Amino acid sequence: MLEFLSRRLAAALVTLVLATVVVFAVVEVLPGDPALVMLGTDARPDTLAALRARYGFDQPLVVRYFKWIGGLLTFDLGSSHAYGTSVAKLIGDRLLVTLPLGALALSWAVLVAIPLGVFAAWKHGRPGDWGVMGFTQIGISVPNFWFGIVLVLLFAVTWQLFPAGGFPGWRQDPVKSLHSLVLPALSLSLGEIAILTRVTRSAMLDTLREDYVRTARAKGAPERTVLFRHALRNALVPVTTVAGLIAGFLIAGAVIIESVFRLPGIGQLVYDSINNRDLVVIKNVVVLFTILVLSVNLLVDVAYAVLDPRPRVRT
Amino acid sequence: MNSVSRRRILGASATLASLSVLGESAWAQAKDRLVIGMSLEPPVLDPTKNAAAAIREVTTPGIYESLGRIDRTGAIGPGLAESWSISEDGKEYVFKLRQGVKFHDGEPLDASVVKFSLDRLFAPDSTVPAKSLYTDIEKVEVVDPSTVKVTLKSPNSFLLYSLSLGDSGIMHPKSAPTNDKHPIGTGPFMFKERKEGDSITLVRSPTWRDPASIKLDTVIFKIVKDPSAQVSALLAGDVDAFPGFQAPELVERLRKDPRFVVVVGTTEGEVILATNNGKKPFDNPKVRQAIAHAINRDELISAESGFGTPIGSHFAPHNKVYLDLTRTYPFDIAKAKALLAEAGYPNGFDASLKLPPVGYAQRAGEVIASQLGKIGIKVAISQLQWPQWLSEVFKERNYDLTIVAHTEANDLDRYARDGYYWAYNSPEFRAKWREVVAATDFAKRDELLKEAQRIIARDAVNGYLWQLAKIGVWKKDLVGLWENSPTPQVDLTGVHWK
Repeated sequence: MLEFLSRRLAAALVTLVLATVVVFAVVEVLPGDPALVMLGTDARPDTLAALRARYGFDQPLVVRYFKWIGGLLTFDLGSSHAYGTSVAKLIGDRLLVTLPLGALALSWAVLVAIPLGVFAAWKHGRPGDWGVMGFTQIGISVPNFWFGIVLVLLFAVTWQLFPAGGFPGWRQDPVKSLHSLVLPALSLSLGEIAILTRVTRSAMLDTLREDYVRTARAKGAPERTVLFRHALRNALVPVTTVAGLIAGFLIAGAVIIESVFRLPGIGQLVYDSINNRDLVVIKNVVVLFTILVLSVNLLVDVAYAVLDPRPRVRT
Repeated sequence: MNSVSRRRILGASATLASLSVLGESAWAQAKDRLVIGMSLEPPVLDPTKNAAAAIREVTTPGIYESLGRIDRTGAIGPGLAESWSISEDGKEYVFKLRQGVKFHDGEPLDASVVKFSLDRLFAPDSTVPAKSLYTDIEKVEVVDPSTVKVTLKSPNSFLLYSLSLGDSGIMHPKSAPTNDKHPIGTGPFMFKERKEGDSITLVRSPTWRDPASIKLDTVIFKIVKDPSAQVSALLAGDVDAFPGFQAPELVERLRKDPRFVVVVGTTEGEVILATNNGKKPFDNPKVRQAIAHAINRDELISAESGFGTPIGSHFAPHNKVYLDLTRTYPFDIAKAKALLAEAGYPNGFDASLKLPPVGYAQRAGEVIASQLGKIGIKVAISQLQWPQWLSEVFKERNYDLTIVAHTEANDLDRYARDGYYWAYNSPEFRAKWREVVAATDFAKRDELLKEAQRIIARDAVNGYLWQLAKIGVWKKDLVGLWENSPTPQVDLTGVHWK
């Protein structure tokens, strides 16, 4: 187990190093001059040059890359050109919105999708299955921002059960903050619920055809034990993989959902930073995303090992 | 299992629903609190550090005040200077400061503070975005604690205007370095807190000189970028007012709602089909005239849901010296085709149209492409992000056509600049503009401004499309917000609930 974990960890670190190179290269070749964005169309060439020198945009690429990496290693992320605040604080504040949002959406997706998938597989070929499949078809086709707007019109504007958007802040009002994440998490999870339900259903259909399931039924095990103890446990391996991938998609989906619900999250920060050409912020956020996705994948690997002993052994 | 989870979920949402009822009542409409929606977020809160218009909207004249003050008609009146005099030759301005003015941190305002603020604008190492407005200043002197003398290298008839803009807000040497995050000025409102990506909160200043004119205790600028989120924020009561509502296509729905008023006013934003005069075939005046004849402004304005006023030159219709030049090259496809043929392009040509990511440009882009298509100009549209537009179109001049609104007031001077992105080099216009700037008699200057409008309309430098409307939407019992936008600022003095 330890060897398996260290192998995965080493692979993740190599990926991370490669990612910093790619991220740096992509961000640096983005067309657009950050100094021009800050100073606008009336800026004089001398003021632009002075600003570039102040932020070090005039230094060679290699120097800037290693300065950035050095900063990352010492946890000094520098400060944002556009906001003038420390990048670590900016990102930290935004993560407090996006991580709970993502976690809420993911747990919601898992809680709804797995029972739904098991149910559909159990009712295979019967109206219950068709109903679930119809729902997943809608869930996959409806864009989540549109679903978000519909939720706002129903729950916020018409029935006024939830706020239409905004985020009061955990320190100011934890209850209202959680409350304001409910609709965004719902709209963010819709597509993921659909995908995860389908994956659970087909994985369950596969395992339900296995000999051991027939054996269990022949032994007279109750249907609940057959479904959850025998079939679901084995079906969870592909479901976990997909749930891990979905975590990555949730971060991407957050960019749009945060804009619909006016949540000051990391997705909005990336969007604004790209528009402001706030290169320091973009680089660090993307690396942070990489670390997040790599950690989720690592967790998925660990979950595999728990669910299925085979990957622990080197083949 | 299923029934258990369903019951749990229903229970949870019922709890949340009851919480929400409690929460909303605490936010009940207070008469001294105003939430203003903004579509763009100010990056910092110091106009001397960044050119974004959103900074000026939040900070001027609420937090920072300038020597002069621009009123709702665009006229300049006393600000921190209660009066001024200008010498015969237009090169010396003497400002008499108000007495007893204090900054929000208690520091007093005097002539040395004003000198400090103005010196920062034009100093050789200054990186102020609007530096070019102030480089005609030779020196600023303290005459006595309440008198400042500004001496110019050459007369500049726009100086008073420039000294009334948010760019020249008076800051104290002690707080200036940290104003980007914690702005301190002399205005009626003080900065309280900022939640990046969400809101900026101001509270009334206890030291403001005219307490009776301030009827609000708290003003929150809330950032709502997405147009449909703007509508739902209004409908749900999260935002009281959008002075600059960005989605004309959604206005009809708000007009029908008895809770709101929709106020359509004017702005300083001329929407133009900017044309690269330095590039073939646009260097040929006949080609530009042909384009001008091919433009159907009514069709463009209807794509804006009817908001906007047609223009025929680069000048705002609400200005008192505005000339209606829309008939210079009236919409006439036959004439346009004939001019193209005369210029040597009987079958038209290909052109690029690079659009910035703003609603009006996106909407007008398709219409312009189809209008120019009717005279044989095949337009290829591409979409750019702002930073790309600034670099590719504005700085490198790598474009044929683009659509953009020039939102600064008095921005005809762009036609006299070297190396500006539309590459218009007219000695005639430059000479005229020098006269405008040097004019010491304002009546004379107004006549010269009319002539300047005529020159660029005649030369069809750019396609002149329409003047952007200011669409304001706010709750109907809110009084006092500006209906027009002579400069990008939100003046909150006198704003109150009925």
